[in-house]
Amino acid sequence: MQDMISRLDEKRAAAVNGGGEKRIQSQHAKGKLTARERIELFLDPGSFEEWDMFVEHGCTEFGMERQKIPGDGVVTGYGTVSGRLVFVFSQDFTVFGGSLSGAHAQKICKVMDHAMKVGAPVIGLNDSGGARIQEGVESLAGYADVFQRNVLASGVVPQISMIMGPCAGGAVYSPSMTDFIFMVKDTSYMFVTGPDVVKTVTHETVTAEELGGAVTHTTKSGVADLAFENDVEALLMLRRFVNFLPANNRQLPPVWPTDDPADRKIPSLDTLIPTDPNKPYDMMELIKKIVDDNDFFEIQPGYAGNILTGFGRMEGSTVGIVANQPMVLAGCLDIDSSKKAARFVRFCDAFNIPVVTLVDVPGFLPGTSQEYGGIIKHGAKLLYAYAEATVPKITVITRKAYGGAYDVMASKHLRGDVNLAWPTAEIAVMGPKGAVEIIFRQDLGNQEKISARTDEYREKFANPFVAGSRGFIDDVIMPHSTRKRICRSLAMLKDKELENPWRKHGNIPL
Amino acid sequence: MFEKILIANRGEIACRVIKSARKMGIKTVAVYSDADREALHVRMADEAVHIGPSPSSESYLVMERIIQACKDTGAQAVHPGYGFLSENSVFCEALEAQGIAFIGPATLAINSMGDKITSKNLAEKAGVNVIPGYTDVVRDAEHAVEISNGIGYPVMLKASAGGGGKGMRVAWNEAECRDGFERATNEARSSFGDDRVFIEKFIEEPRHIEIQVMADTHGNVIYLGERECSIQRRHQKVIEEAPSPFIDEATRKEMGEQAVKLAKAVQYRSAGTVEFIVDAKRNFYFLEMNTRLQVEHPVTELVTGQDLVELMIRVANGEALPLKQADVKLTGWAMESRVYAEDPFRNFLPSIGRLVKYEPPEGENVRVDTGVYEGGEVSMFYDPMIAKLITYGATRNEAIVRMQDALDAYCIQGVRHNISFLNALMVHPRFIEGRLTTNFIAEEYPDGFDASCVPQDDPAKSIVIAAMIHRQYMDRAARMSGQLQGHERRVNDEWVVVIGGEQHAVTVVAADDGYQVTYADNSYQVSTEWAFGQPLLHSTINGKSATFQVERSGLWLRLFHRGNQIDALVLTPRAAELHALMPEKEAPDLSKFLLSPMPGLLVKVSVVEGQEVKAGEELAVVEAMKMENVLRASQDGVVASVKAEAGDSLKVDQVIIEFE
Repeated sequence: MQDMISRLDEKRAAAVNGGGEKRIQSQHAKGKLTARERIELFLDPGSFEEWDMFVEHGCTEFGMERQKIPGDGVVTGYGTVSGRLVFVFSQDFTVFGGSLSGAHAQKICKVMDHAMKVGAPVIGLNDSGGARIQEGVESLAGYADVFQRNVLASGVVPQISMIMGPCAGGAVYSPSMTDFIFMVKDTSYMFVTGPDVVKTVTHETVTAEELGGAVTHTTKSGVADLAFENDVEALLMLRRFVNFLPANNRQLPPVWPTDDPADRKIPSLDTLIPTDPNKPYDMMELIKKIVDDNDFFEIQPGYAGNILTGFGRMEGSTVGIVANQPMVLAGCLDIDSSKKAARFVRFCDAFNIPVVTLVDVPGFLPGTSQEYGGIIKHGAKLLYAYAEATVPKITVITRKAYGGAYDVMASKHLRGDVNLAWPTAEIAVMGPKGAVEIIFRQDLGNQEKISARTDEYREKFANPFVAGSRGFIDDVIMPHSTRKRICRSLAMLKDKELENPWRKHGNIPL
Repeated sequence: MFEKILIANRGEIACRVIKSARKMGIKTVAVYSDADREALHVRMADEAVHIGPSPSSESYLVMERIIQACKDTGAQAVHPGYGFLSENSVFCEALEAQGIAFIGPATLAINSMGDKITSKNLAEKAGVNVIPGYTDVVRDAEHAVEISNGIGYPVMLKASAGGGGKGMRVAWNEAECRDGFERATNEARSSFGDDRVFIEKFIEEPRHIEIQVMADTHGNVIYLGERECSIQRRHQKVIEEAPSPFIDEATRKEMGEQAVKLAKAVQYRSAGTVEFIVDAKRNFYFLEMNTRLQVEHPVTELVTGQDLVELMIRVANGEALPLKQADVKLTGWAMESRVYAEDPFRNFLPSIGRLVKYEPPEGENVRVDTGVYEGGEVSMFYDPMIAKLITYGATRNEAIVRMQDALDAYCIQGVRHNISFLNALMVHPRFIEGRLTTNFIAEEYPDGFDASCVPQDDPAKSIVIAAMIHRQYMDRAARMSGQLQGHERRVNDEWVVVIGGEQHAVTVVAADDGYQVTYADNSYQVSTEWAFGQPLLHSTINGKSATFQVERSGLWLRLFHRGNQIDALVLTPRAAELHALMPEKEAPDLSKFLLSPMPGLLVKVSVVEGQEVKAGEELAVVEAMKMENVLRASQDGVVASVKAEAGDSLKVDQVIIEFE
């Protein structure tokens, strides 16, 4: 027995030691933590149950049979975040550069299969040099096994990828199919082909950081959702993020205890909308003031700033918030903002998170770059996402809701459950000036007439009451009561039941 | 008594006047410009009249509009507040021609005190001390000595054409006077091409101390003690107090009586202020008389128990003053801080915008005279004063401590403000000692004001509060739904607070009515009613109250207290250990960039990529607050790239140009 125990201890020690003291030091010198340190930070203290510590690769080529390290470059298992179950895999760069072998892939597949069985999120901490080249197609098969599970798990359990080192080539496609991608600044990068290949093929000179660093992907490409300063901040913020999410698609979002009263009045919102209709204001102020405790977890803050997306809580329960931001491009919809919001709405819908939409939208951004870029298809993604969503949908129009963009932004016609408007709302096909120039084209030379017609149009349509008279708006509310009205609506909708017709799957305009 | 009065002003003073009028049962009429449509004074008044576009020259300064507003609303009298039309005798006459009373002095007083030379002559004639000097041209060095001996040393030799300190010499004796005359004359000739020099008494360690007078139309004039307003920044008063820590009873009486003499000499009525400069030996000399209610009048109100606005209204109504000189008693101490929308860390650049959060302090012996509210706007058109914060105490020290606490509890978000600066002054040992002069700020902050000028408060308090907030957060997280049964989250008591790279180990445990925090072998009992999301955290730490402003940004907690800003991260001991492995990231080298110093509109970029620029060359023009600001190169260089284009609206610190 004693022998067995000491053998176990030996094996464990070898696994825990990963690639050895030297490699661990080198990992630290790069400003990175080891795979186990990361798990330790991310999970509740002492809650990690490790599996497959003794897994080794089966490769016999290129002298690999002499190089075996128990665990084979990935640490897997489960544990809790705020007492709630999550599955986790953490790639170990100190072991074969975190490269993916067949055995490594099977470890990941095992936790994913379990997560699906019991309905809990899967969190991947990626830090891998890529495929285990010595294994050849075995490694490629491993990737594909993970991809297949990513797809099957999509919309069933939340999947989050934290990129904490290199992630290149085929390896990028697993994170890219998860729900959220977070990155660590300066130490992580993602690209399909690296700077060397880029240089050879297109003669562009670019650094790894410029090509696929955290800043690039959170501001330029929109591939990643958030960038963090370092491993510690990234993992602790990831905990906060997980606190917003339900465990799976059959559960409602978790409830977080709060002292913030549902009927809290916010008088300062009554002056949020400037007198001048062309003057912007900060929609973020409205969001922060209506959610519980001023606590808003923004997603993609650096990308497509004309729309804001993120999670907050109302009476303790998670809501997804989508809001036009008048401070950026007047809050109009364009290709990037449509894609950003569409993906967010679909995530919320998949996981029973009610969507609160705050509308101040002057329309779609005009221009050749938008049309050539396919705004028709991309704008349709957001329309599709809102129209197919069956979660509670609450919409508040603060100012402009013009044209097709009005329809898109969770309007009554797309099964909005509660559609409210502030007295400053203007729901119309377009702004007064544009409308008059079309309707009264014959008067275009006559400035006086045009100006009178504009006033007339504004008087008639630049208000919420025309829409109200058709029942497209359920009520016109005072801005200071916005939080209370949303909270009440959410409470009313708690047991909402709505199902889309059976089908294999819809065909969203990809 | 009047039934209705109009207040020809805006902001805090309009609100202040409305309060007194309301107390007296008088209806009030506010006037407003475009920019003030939603302003507090408009909301507070019984009626409000729009008088024109935002610039004051087209609204608050247009007499006809205001007189028309009086006629339209039937207002019988006008209170002008301060600034705008308050010292305009034409306005005063125009009102009287319409039978509308002016709540202020009569034309004679306004006119005679409005002119520097007339007022000085009048004061001298009335027996008020004026600065001794010889205003004619000095002939030669011997003449200079003769005059100076007459005035008494020290003296100041000044170039007639002078300015900016050029051609100025202080002399402490005859020898220095001779020498100084030669030098001043030479300097004056070379600087201004005019070598005329005059001599005046040099005031050592000058203090600005002023006397409040109040007069009625029945010949009664009283003085209501003094105010010391020595703490000034570029001639702008920042802190005022009553009484002065420097004046004794005899001097007060003498100053008061001289002020009354001057008031009588110009048949003064209503509230007025006689300003004096006082030297280190308590000699005082007349500066000027302000024929209006002063900004800093509340400190006088708190130590005399009088409502000056009420007295002004009664006097304007022809009533006799309800009190005599003998009834004026000064009790306790009052301190006033002017809270401005300006950024002390950016050379006091004015800031405008929406008051996203605004919570002024409350409490006994704390008075806030304000003209704004949460959700209101600080506009570019007017003075950037947000409010006056006034505290009262039995002693000067009590008033100061109360001010320190009140400043901690003053929450302003959305515009930059000078709370840190005021706080730094309130804890400054020299200020607390009362060793004030009008050069205080220039002497104490010779290189300008920056974050290092704010004295460090006891960091233990911030550490304790940060730890307590985090513990509270974790305790809530532990009560989340959906936890694994039997394996719920347990929160540990050991934590590490990271501030500026330093780690502080603490223990936090729940205790009766709060938390017990142990840090560096000391124990702190903390209790608070604070809830997440509230910007102000009022607490008691070991029985002493302390207020913190709390902002959360990701994992970081930002605490403001006593003018200090502290960014703290609270971690488990293990996370702290790992955090120590994280590399310090170097801040990007900003000398390679031209940053926008303020939010504004980029009007023009004056250079192109690849261009060589010399230090001082114009790089770009940014318009903010209707002012065009030219941004110049601080050193020679080559433009690598232009990051913004004309017409862009810029944020603070946004990159405009990058250099190679």
